[in-house]
Parts: sequence; C-alpha cells; structure tokens
Amino acid sequence: MSILVDKNTKLIVQGITGREGEFHTRQMLDYGTNVVGGVTPGKGGQNAIDDRVPVFDTVKQARKATGANATCIFVPAKFAPDAVLEAADAGIETIICITEGIAIHEEMVFANVVKLKGLRLIGPNCPGILTVGKCKIGIMPGNIFKPGPVGLVSRSGTLTYEAVDLLTRSGLGQTTCVGVGGDPFPGTRFIDVLPLFEADPETEVVVMCGEVGGSDEEIAAEFIKTMTKPVVGFIAGLTAPPGKRMGHAGAIISGTSGSPQAKVEALKAAGVRVAETPSQIPDLVKAALRA
Amino acid sequence: MKLFEYQAKKLLAKYGVPIPRGSVATTPEQAEEIASDLGQAVVLKGQVHSGGRGKAGAVKIAKSPEQARQIAADLIGKTLFFAQAGAHLRVDTLLLEEALPIKQEIYVAITQDRASQRDVLIVSTMGGMDIELVAHENPEAISKTVIDPLLGLTDYAARDALFDAGFEKTLAGKAAGLLKGLYAAYVGTDATLAEINPLVITEEGALIAGDAKWLIDDNAIFRQPEIAALATGEDDDPIEVEARRRGIQYVRLEGGEIGIIGNGAGLVMTTMDEVKRAGGTPADFLDIGGGAKAESVRSSLEIVLSDPNVKGVLFNIFGGITRGDEVAKGIIEGLSTLNVKVPIVVRLSGTRAEEGAALLAGASIVAAQTMQEAAQQVVALANKARKS
Repeated sequence: MSILVDKNTKLIVQGITGREGEFHTRQMLDYGTNVVGGVTPGKGGQNAIDDRVPVFDTVKQARKATGANATCIFVPAKFAPDAVLEAADAGIETIICITEGIAIHEEMVFANVVKLKGLRLIGPNCPGILTVGKCKIGIMPGNIFKPGPVGLVSRSGTLTYEAVDLLTRSGLGQTTCVGVGGDPFPGTRFIDVLPLFEADPETEVVVMCGEVGGSDEEIAAEFIKTMTKPVVGFIAGLTAPPGKRMGHAGAIISGTSGSPQAKVEALKAAGVRVAETPSQIPDLVKAALRA
Repeated sequence: MKLFEYQAKKLLAKYGVPIPRGSVATTPEQAEEIASDLGQAVVLKGQVHSGGRGKAGAVKIAKSPEQARQIAADLIGKTLFFAQAGAHLRVDTLLLEEALPIKQEIYVAITQDRASQRDVLIVSTMGGMDIELVAHENPEAISKTVIDPLLGLTDYAARDALFDAGFEKTLAGKAAGLLKGLYAAYVGTDATLAEINPLVITEEGALIAGDAKWLIDDNAIFRQPEIAALATGEDDDPIEVEARRRGIQYVRLEGGEIGIIGNGAGLVMTTMDEVKRAGGTPADFLDIGGGAKAESVRSSLEIVLSDPNVKGVLFNIFGGITRGDEVAKGIIEGLSTLNVKVPIVVRLSGTRAEEGAALLAGASIVAAQTMQEAAQQVVALANKARKS
C-alpha cells in the first residue's frame, strides 16, 4: 500500500518534448513509473524519449488511447493554467503540476475547477509525488528514498530531500512522499494528505514539513488531534521577516497571519513532535515509532 | 509589486471608481500650479509605500496655492520615519487633491483568503483607521464575503457585504456598483490586494476613493505590461534590484552578517534558521533555484558579497536537479574573479556532491558535511575574522 500513486498509475507528461519534460520523463521511466504517453500540441504521432513514449496533440486523445489516470505538467508558467484545465476537462484523476511562477488569479481559478470536477491537483510549484519503489512523478531524486514506514508531506522540495536523506541514512524508509508545493493556492494541502496517510496501513508515522505563510499548518493541526498515527513536524522560516516573500510565492508573513511561531505552537498543541532543526527529525521519528 | 496611491487611483478611475480631482507634483512650482487649478483647499500627500502617512507628517492641507508651494518645498526630498513600514522613506512625489467634505469613512478591500482558497471582499464602516487594529478591537465591525472566482463578484454578494457591514442603505446600490468596479480592477490588474481606505461618503452623498493601496502579483507581471512600466524601484534595496535584474531570487535581511546561498526556498529558509541557532544572523535569503549553472552560482556569490555587512558566506546545496559539480565550478569561478575577503563554508549533498567536493579540494573554502555543521563553522569563522 501507499497513497495516491502506485504501480497502477498510468502517467502522461504534458510538455514531454520540452527540455525539462524530456529530462524528467527519462528519470521517471528509469525509476519504473508507467509513463504511457506525452502531450505536446502539434507533435502528435511522434514518439519521444528514444521512441519509448508516444506523443499526442491533446490530453483527450492521450487519455482515450492510453487510459491515463495521471498527468505531470512541465509547461511554462504562461501556458500551465491552460494545461491544468485541459487535463481536468479530459477527466484525468490526478494532475501534478510542477511549474513554478503561475499567476495567482489563474491558479485560484483552476484549483477551484479541478475541485469542482472531483479530481485531484497536486502543486503547482511542487516537486511532485513519489511512492517508494513503485512510482515517481515529478522531479524528486529517486535514489535517496528507500522503503519503510514513514509518510512525508511538505511544502518545500529540497527541504524534503534533506529530510528524506536524513531518514534513509538513519535506517528509516518511506512509503510515499508528497510535495504539495510552495504556492499560496495549492490544489492539495496538508489537510488533504494527512487522512490518506492515516488510512494507509503501511504508513506508521507522518513527517510534515511546513513553512511561513498561510494557515495550512494550523488547519492541519486540528485534524492531527484526531489521528491515531504520530506526526513529526518541522517549520522553516523562523528567521523570515514579515512582509517579504521568501522565494515561494506562498512563503510570506502578512500582518499577524502566517507566522512560524503560531504554526509551531499549533502543532505542539496537537501533540506533534516538532523538530527545531531537520537533523532532529530521525530521532523524533524513532521516538514516535517506539511510543 | 506595490503601487503608489496615485498609480492605484489612476487604475481605479479607469475601472469607473470615482477619485478626487488632483494631480502629482515633483516640484513646489508644480504644486502651486495644481493647487491653483483646483481652486480650493487641497491635500498634499507624500507618495511612499507605507500607511500611516498622516502620523509621519507626509500629509498636509494647504488653504492657498502659495501655501501649497511652501509645503511642497518642505516635503519634497525630505526623509521621514514611517512607523507602519518601520522605515525611513524619502518623499519624492506629492499627490495634490481637492479636500473632500467628509461625512463618513468606509473601509473596502478585496484580497485573497488562503484558508478558503477564494477572494474575499472586506467592508467595514470603521474606515480611515488601521484595519488590523479594527480587526483586533472590533472584529464584529468587519464583514467578510467570499467571492467564487468562477462567478466573480455578483450583485448579491456585494449587497451581502454592504448590508452585513451596516452600510448606509440609501447608498448601498451606488456602493455595490463601486465594489464591482473595484473587483474588476483587482482581477484586471492581477492584484493580490486592492484596498480603498477610506472610501469617503461626502456631505452630498457621493462615494469617492480617498486613499488606495494596491499590491500586484509578481508572477503576473509578464501579462501586465502597463503595470510593469509603473515600477520605479526607487525605494527598493539596491542589491535586491540588481539581483532581480540578474534573475536571482534574493531578499536582503536587515542587519545580518552571514550571507546565505542555497537551492530551494524551504532549504534556504531552514539554513537561515540554522545560522540563527548557531548564534549568527542571516544577511540574506538567496535561492539559486533548480538546476543552476556555474555562472549563476558565481553571480549569486557576487550579489551576496556586495552587501558590506556580510562577514561570512554559507553555501548549502542539496542537489536534486542541481548538480554539486556545477555549483563547485561556480564557487571556484567566484573565488578567482571576485575579491573574496570573508570565509566561505560549503556544504554539498545529493547529485554529484562528491565530484563537487573533489573540485573544491584545493580551493580556499571550508567544506562541511551537514547543514548544522556548516552553520556552526561559518558563524565561528566570521566571529574569529571580526576579532582579528
């Protein structure tokens, strides 16, 4: 078991013939992901990645021909909103959008459209999702993961890699790692992922990496109070000044909202073991597993 | 991106929201001429990116063109302290407007509510004040109405907001129209905040935007060429301006001493926190992004070193798509082309970290294995350099 994606996931890649799309599709194939097709308007009928993957002009055509149930979007920010809407219109169940820098008004519109259609969007501005040994969608470096009992969810890419690497080196493997992304209106939030880990029989403990900005950690904390599985947390940006956007469009403390201290307090109040630094995460996970 | 009041008001006028008669001046002579054209008492307002301008002394009333000229002569070029921005800002431009016969001041704004993932329309009859203060002391005086982005601001939602806020009933129809104009401007300009505070109800029952605050989504600037052209950059930090020009994500942090360069926003923020834990103060946030090439690493180092407060630099790289050897090449190029006088600590992990470490073997840097160790070393070295 695992969450969201596994061996049965049939993936298409939107933007497969672009530089990023091609590079990462190759990596996903190497990991064992079932990439059944790609979409680049105007290049339908060709094959990509050394003839291994058929390319289609539209998502609808790709879905019809391959039965794809997931898509990974590597389309530039200017065109990514249309790509998400196209995937949603074709009924793709899981839409993973890696693209960074999407206009916020457009993001809010497509996030709501996807939700209305009962589909799932992960991202944008995210590293994707990886179910260890089964399926990698996005840009996470597959070699740092190993199978085990830890489920991870995070707003940051490289911080997640740091955490995964520390866990793996401590002998703690993972089930699924979900990068929800650093934008202000992510399609999937902590609160959407935690119930899936709670229900997943293989996941024994959850690591949640948050950061300044918004209130998703506080919202998640309310749910954590009801969980049977332990949660280890970390919040990045204790030294971030208010009013400044820290790289991620969503990482900004506005007025009294989004402060890291409030997040740490909310998590602690929910019984989360909060690491002060990522290097404490493995020990806290071990303690949680023993308890 | 922040707009000045006069820029925001021009946008509002374009979308049919009434604004006071007036114009901007950058010289006392212009101020006198505008006041004379307006032919009545005028308000002179310093154009800076901060609220609380009245308290800072940047808003004055002139009864005559002559007085307007004198006030302008005093204000233009003057640097004042703005408590709300927590900064000293120079007044270069004044907005001169007709003084309005105020009957009541209203607060209206549209912004994004991350919890509901929708836009939200905020109305309060306690206008003219700091809304955060009102929210704290009189939360019931604020009405919040969620806007479905797929429908836009409907008439009924605008009325909901106004009647919930206890807005003057006879003017509600007119105000609903104004709110729809505000929403159209908000969407049309890719704003993340569109605020009118105060919205003035005049003695005659007219509704006029007395002041406006406007923030634009940086991600949408590419499709807002008219707004991009409004950027003056004059009160931005010069190093931040240069970093932006080079396409580098850099935020300068007040009073810090340890320059920080990393890949990925979350990891860079964590590195800042780690430096603080080690007893140092972070001087910046710099994210080289994913898959950075050597030249952009060199360029990033140059940006960080251009801050004279920096006493040491910490590179923290966890390579996914970013390659350790490429980062190492950039650091080496930096060391040979820049006049580096401060200690540099490098922590490389992930993709091609070993190749990177091999390249750096002969370089005058300190290599660290973990982020924690790197933070402790850079802080210790910077302290040592300061004492010697």
